[in-house]
Amino acid sequence: MWDIILERGSYWAIIAVMMIGLYIAFSAENLIKRLVGLSLFQTTICLFYVKLANVANATAPVLLAEDMPKDAYGGEGVAELVHVYSNPLPHVLMLTAIVVGVATLSLGLALIVRINESYGTIEADEIYASDVKVQMAEDADAARTSGEVVR
Amino acid sequence: MILEPVLTSAPDWAVRHAAVLVVVVPMLLAPLLALSPSNRLAWILTVAGTAAAFWFSLILLAIIQEVPGSAISYALGNWEPPIGIEFRVDALNAMILVLITGMGALASFIAWPTLAAEFKGERLNLLLCAFLLCFAGLAGVAATGDAFNLFVFLEVSSLATYVLVAMGAGKDRRALPAAFSYLVMGTLGASFYVIGIGLLYAATGTLNMADIAEQMPGLSGNRSVQAGLAFILVGLGLKAAMWPLHQWLPNAYAYAPGFVSMFLSATATKVALYSLIRWLFTIFQPDRAFESAVLQWVLAPLAMAAMVICSVQAIFQTDVRRMLAYSSVAQVGYILLAISVGTAAGVSAGLLHLFTHALMKGALFMAVAGICFAYQGSTIRDFAGLGRSAPFTMAAFAIAGLSLIGVPLTAGFISKLQLGYALLDQGWWWAAVVLVFASFLSVIYIGRVLQAVFFEPPLNPRKNNKEAPLLLLIPLWILALVNIFYGIDAGFPAGLAADGAAAALGLGAAQ
Repeated sequence: MWDIILERGSYWAIIAVMMIGLYIAFSAENLIKRLVGLSLFQTTICLFYVKLANVANATAPVLLAEDMPKDAYGGEGVAELVHVYSNPLPHVLMLTAIVVGVATLSLGLALIVRINESYGTIEADEIYASDVKVQMAEDADAARTSGEVVR
Repeated sequence: MILEPVLTSAPDWAVRHAAVLVVVVPMLLAPLLALSPSNRLAWILTVAGTAAAFWFSLILLAIIQEVPGSAISYALGNWEPPIGIEFRVDALNAMILVLITGMGALASFIAWPTLAAEFKGERLNLLLCAFLLCFAGLAGVAATGDAFNLFVFLEVSSLATYVLVAMGAGKDRRALPAAFSYLVMGTLGASFYVIGIGLLYAATGTLNMADIAEQMPGLSGNRSVQAGLAFILVGLGLKAAMWPLHQWLPNAYAYAPGFVSMFLSATATKVALYSLIRWLFTIFQPDRAFESAVLQWVLAPLAMAAMVICSVQAIFQTDVRRMLAYSSVAQVGYILLAISVGTAAGVSAGLLHLFTHALMKGALFMAVAGICFAYQGSTIRDFAGLGRSAPFTMAAFAIAGLSLIGVPLTAGFISKLQLGYALLDQGWWWAAVVLVFASFLSVIYIGRVLQAVFFEPPLNPRKNNKEAPLLLLIPLWILALVNIFYGIDAGFPAGLAADGAAAALGLGAAQ
């Protein structure tokens, strides 16, 4: 029982960090904190993929020469592992995902700057409150003018 | 066949590379637009780019229709799939491509009159650049046959969409928080999708969608695959505004610039729904216990909840754009309900409704964009009495509104009828009852606006203003007439939907 859980320790850690990120993205009132949570969530996806790519006792997916000395890079038995390397494809996918994440983060920050300029705050509840105030003023205005027409 | 002249007149290079050109042309034009010195030149290039993409997708459709049940496979960079990225276009992709490129061409057409007034003297070329990127991303989602490539295109289009929505801030600052919450929700949706892909990759070792589908029968009951399905369903459901994951949609559509909400309402959720159909039916076969339980016990109840709850919410909106946005969520519910039936008839009805909904919601949002331009307001109060001062705009609005309700002789009637047949075939009479009830609710919310438009005295201080600009009226009437035409002779879209459903379910040709 414990074996099964402990064997997947890194996955548990990834899930824990992922859920923390998701929770921050939902619960934080401060928009920047919300973005931080979102970034955390995206980063753990990268960790998840890198963990998926892992092959037991394998080296990095770097092409090594056939005549590589046995003690190259100070490691023992590198040469035996020439053909055992972790799967490079998920790493490459995550390069793309990181680019997407950076674009999202920078766009989000740019939006926050604009929100701060026009609302004077970056707290979600204060923004919501001032939107509600505008909406109520509009509705009251609508009720007044339609009342005039009836008269 | 109608499309034969398109194929015979097209040059050889266009026929051979149409599958990739439909994405590449708008995507490469976008950075050029950013460098364009004048707004007008940028707009002409945008129209040219979207029209070219529309032409390429018609060529694709013509090639597909020549040999029923065929698929075009295009190996990017000549790397053979499944190692390389594959663009794979079959009847389903071709239908979606024609829909989004066609609506995109119409949207770019109306961009000039509405934007030039909204952003006087500002540089529009960057905005149009974002629009073309969004367009290219959506076309890429519809054309690609690679699961991870689909994510990249989805994010290309989504990031451009956030920018476009935020551009509404010049008129109403509420566009900024709307864009921000769309960004958070949309990114979460895409991330969930990526997690799902990762789980599937762990089980199958491939990213090519056709290749994954081939390996699926051997993986029946695999937990990793089932978890992957759950993540993909939630991720794409967020992008498709599946109830209750739709919270980003009403504000985003209500505060975006007019032509943007017209384009998004007709395409963005549709593309996500397409990928959902692709995943649920082509890759996860729905005849297995877990998958069919997902369709029946997750999708169907959520779809019906969307149809009823969001229709009721639409009734209580004072802003016409918000009302239409809530109605969009309800219509996504109709489409998901049709999908959740799980039969060829159901998927075909869903695709048909997806097609007709794009036509009618596009026309409605276009008319509203015209009214926003000419009268500077979009509340129902602003619409009062417009039947007299803007008869052409409002007549088209009324036609599209009746189509949304599903009045006979409009396109909406045909698709709702198909949906009803598909539900009754399966013995889902309770779902058919909900369908009729939700249509009745749409009579109320559309009726409220039409009553104000045609039977109330004008309240808007600018009541002397006349019609929406001509550049907007022409595409608007094209859409309105198409709505009526397909209500009388639905052969073309119904054939597309039937072929698309057959392609999704892997049945070969429909007939």
